[in-house]
Amino acid sequence: MLELVLFYIFAAMAVVSAILVITSKNVVHSAAFLGGTLFAVAGIFLTLHAEFLAGVQVIVYVGGILVLFVFVIMLISVERAEHERQYHRQWIIALITSAILIVEISYGFYKGRDSFVLPPAVIPPAVPAAGNSELVGMALYTTYLLPFEIASILLLVAVVGAVVLAKKKTPAEE
Amino acid sequence: MVTTFHYLMLSAALFTIGVIGVLTRRNIMVILMSIELMMNAVNINLIAFGDRLQQVTGQVFAIFVITVAAAEAAVGLGIVIAMFKNKETMNINEIDLMKW
Repeated sequence: MLELVLFYIFAAMAVVSAILVITSKNVVHSAAFLGGTLFAVAGIFLTLHAEFLAGVQVIVYVGGILVLFVFVIMLISVERAEHERQYHRQWIIALITSAILIVEISYGFYKGRDSFVLPPAVIPPAVPAAGNSELVGMALYTTYLLPFEIASILLLVAVVGAVVLAKKKTPAEE
Repeated sequence: MVTTFHYLMLSAALFTIGVIGVLTRRNIMVILMSIELMMNAVNINLIAFGDRLQQVTGQVFAIFVITVAAAEAAVGLGIVIAMFKNKETMNINEIDLMKW
């Protein structure tokens, strides 16, 4: 019962802040509401017994990506954008397409909802042999070692790319 | 009882909100934020199925998605800054250098 209440609280928080993210006129408000969504999703992770991921979500998303967003908003002027039209002319078509998308996904999930319930025998008895972080770390550094290394290369490339894109041109290059 | 179905519906809702944001807004920052919303929806899906199957694989892949999201945000915001230096705008309708 507590599980259900917590789920609905976090889900409502996530969805409401997400809607406010895409409807706010001011970009700074959007960023703040994005933080609300990210925290709510971290709560959802906690209800799914993914404690490590909840911590990573708060540290990397809220502490890293969101701060990066706020920094960029600080660097560029937001006053002008506030007085402009906020939505495309194509917003009606976009809304209709998205409505079709959500109906399609929901219908598919609803039809297949029984298949999500596995027979009890298939689920191994939940013996918490180790903590969540320990299990994730074991999987990450043994089975998924190669993808892990590739992800680190990707991050390196992204860091170099971001610096190259945003740096000032030296007089010699111009 | 919270089932996987609940989490999938939440994730579908978040994903659709992200799609609406990308398709309707004209501010590039909000579009990037909507992409982050969609990535979060995907993460909820991965972790919900991982919890359902009592496996840790879903969480490992969620970590990879977060990695890609961080890389995407860094490069995307770098592009936004470079573009703002050239055109002084965040409106994607005015960024039409490669249109013909």
